[in-house]
Amino acid sequence: MALAQAKRTATEARLAALELPAGAGWATRAREEALARLRETGLPARRDEYWRYTDPATLNAPAPEPAALFDPREPMPFSEVDRLKVVFVDGVFDPEASDDLSMAGIEIERLAETAARDIHWAKDLYGVLEARGQSPVPRPLAALNTAAATDGIVIRVTGKAPRPVSLIYLHRSETSDAVLHHLVRVEEGAEMTLLENGPAAARFNKVLEVDVADGGAFHHVRAQGRDHERRAATHIFARLGEKSIFKSFTLTVNGKLTRNETVIELTGDNAVAHVAGAALGDADFHHDDTVFITHDAVECESRQVFKKVLRNGAVGVFQGKILVKPGAQKTDGYQISQALLLDDDSQFLAKPELEIYADDVICSHGSTSGAIDETAMFYLRSRGVPRDEAQDLLVIAFLAEAIDEIEDEAIADDILARLQAWLARHRH
Amino acid sequence: MLEIRNLKVKLEEEDKQILKGVDLTVDAGTVHAIMGPNGSGKSTLSYVLAGREGYEVTEGTATLDGADLLEMEPEERAAAGLFLAFQYPVEIPGVGNMTFLRTAVNAQRKARGEEELSAGEFLKEIRARAKQLKIDSEMLKRPVNVGFSGGEKKRNEILQMAMLEPKMCILDETDSGLDVDAMKLVAEGVNALRDEGRAFLVITHYQRLLDHIRPDVVHIMAGGRIVKTGGPELALEVENHGYADILAEVA
Repeated sequence: MALAQAKRTATEARLAALELPAGAGWATRAREEALARLRETGLPARRDEYWRYTDPATLNAPAPEPAALFDPREPMPFSEVDRLKVVFVDGVFDPEASDDLSMAGIEIERLAETAARDIHWAKDLYGVLEARGQSPVPRPLAALNTAAATDGIVIRVTGKAPRPVSLIYLHRSETSDAVLHHLVRVEEGAEMTLLENGPAAARFNKVLEVDVADGGAFHHVRAQGRDHERRAATHIFARLGEKSIFKSFTLTVNGKLTRNETVIELTGDNAVAHVAGAALGDADFHHDDTVFITHDAVECESRQVFKKVLRNGAVGVFQGKILVKPGAQKTDGYQISQALLLDDDSQFLAKPELEIYADDVICSHGSTSGAIDETAMFYLRSRGVPRDEAQDLLVIAFLAEAIDEIEDEAIADDILARLQAWLARHRH
Repeated sequence: MLEIRNLKVKLEEEDKQILKGVDLTVDAGTVHAIMGPNGSGKSTLSYVLAGREGYEVTEGTATLDGADLLEMEPEERAAAGLFLAFQYPVEIPGVGNMTFLRTAVNAQRKARGEEELSAGEFLKEIRARAKQLKIDSEMLKRPVNVGFSGGEKKRNEILQMAMLEPKMCILDETDSGLDVDAMKLVAEGVNALRDEGRAFLVITHYQRLLDHIRPDVVHIMAGGRIVKTGGPELALEVENHGYADILAEVA
């Protein structure tokens, strides 16, 4: 079917405004192929079923809407965590602010440097999982990213990384338009934790491709926050080998528009994938979690745990799918998406989906939205806890199942502290 | 300590008068019991005093040591020294019992301008109190009342009371759902808190709780009013003859 004229026009307008990287090294071909994928599907439109609840207009526009900088006057997430810092300012790697990139058990390089070479292992991963993730649903913003990204981090994990790698995205320009593409290859039995935080830019397009080999483990904790006006489209594409583990948690506060897509393929038997998110929105906040998990091996486990707290007209979206392919027996799939609406103006839109082609599986899913439990509220207040504090306690209790997905206790405490600070700042 | 004068209360949502002029004075150091048949307004009285939403006071006053309770938020009433042990303690998934209690204790101390308890001080205090009520550390760690048996929930209420050290304690049908052993344990917990600076208002259907928590004064409530007041013998009269005789007598 020919692409609608409107889509073609929008796509070409966006591409014309982009400075596509000049041809060099192995990345040239990957970028060209991604460009072709993008031209085939066109940028997303509101009429696309996959974008029914989130308007992609500002993500598509040739130029980003300016986003005012904001200083919450509190420490950045993970400040207390012993980690290797990699800093990007408005989407550009900052070697001065970053730590030395060498660490035992792990190789860290800049995408900009590896891409210029003729041969590099990254060639077998860059755009590869993204391309696989374009079917059955296209993800054009990810293809755009592969075609346009010049910066990012390329990680190969060969042992147990002693410290987390912490990607810090600083936002300094009100009109920055950042594109970052990261690669992580976790080799057999290797293990790492990746942290991400910061608003990055006025508009941020990020892709993270993660390939976890047999017995490997990848832990990911992300804090999206601070700036109120930023817009972001992020994608995680992961492929899991036998007995491997992938666990990802995201805390999102503030932000006019955030679309986080997570696409996971369980390709080896006994693999485990957990994706969780806690989002808190006040007023001009639109947050979309879109998850697609494919079970293509036996005895794999997947969990999706997404919780949203919304007030003053904030909007939360959840689109989550579990696809169990023929033969993926003994699949254990779980999905829960819940919203706590603190007033009548806020909105939660959820589309949970199961598609199962194997007969010996356990898959469960649930989606709810509700208000604060007034009985619990009265009980707490009757014990002397003031209304605001009582509400914070109940909000944190509501988010607990998602936060529990963070394995590292120090990191979980850090996330909890960020959450409490945000709640304290947003009492009305 | 607690002074209630001509208290009239209706439901907010519908035109239904529940309390039709309650008068009650509870002095420091005393234990008062309120007995009465279902629907007489006993629980409503406790909720109105604690500040639950959904009720409208149409007339009358309620003061605690002279302070107007009805003007205060529920948390202010608690900080002023009022405590309600719930008939149906509320389950709060996700909030640890210990976290809950520490937040409550420190919120009250803060409201009264006192210094907050440190984690260590709090732990020491709660361990000692919990032991008296046979509450193990497992129960303290669990989410508030979640998965607790009826008896555990009531003991947890008394633990909260012990930790918060209120001056006016209202026990709303604390005996309901308890077997004899659990009731004894709860009663012991209450008796341990009896003090000349503290008063109790024990709401119950049955006399049996009053065998363990000896009241100084017994009130019979019916149709939204206190219809009869007497000594502990009044509770025995209810036990032996039911409410019908008393109600017929005052009608």
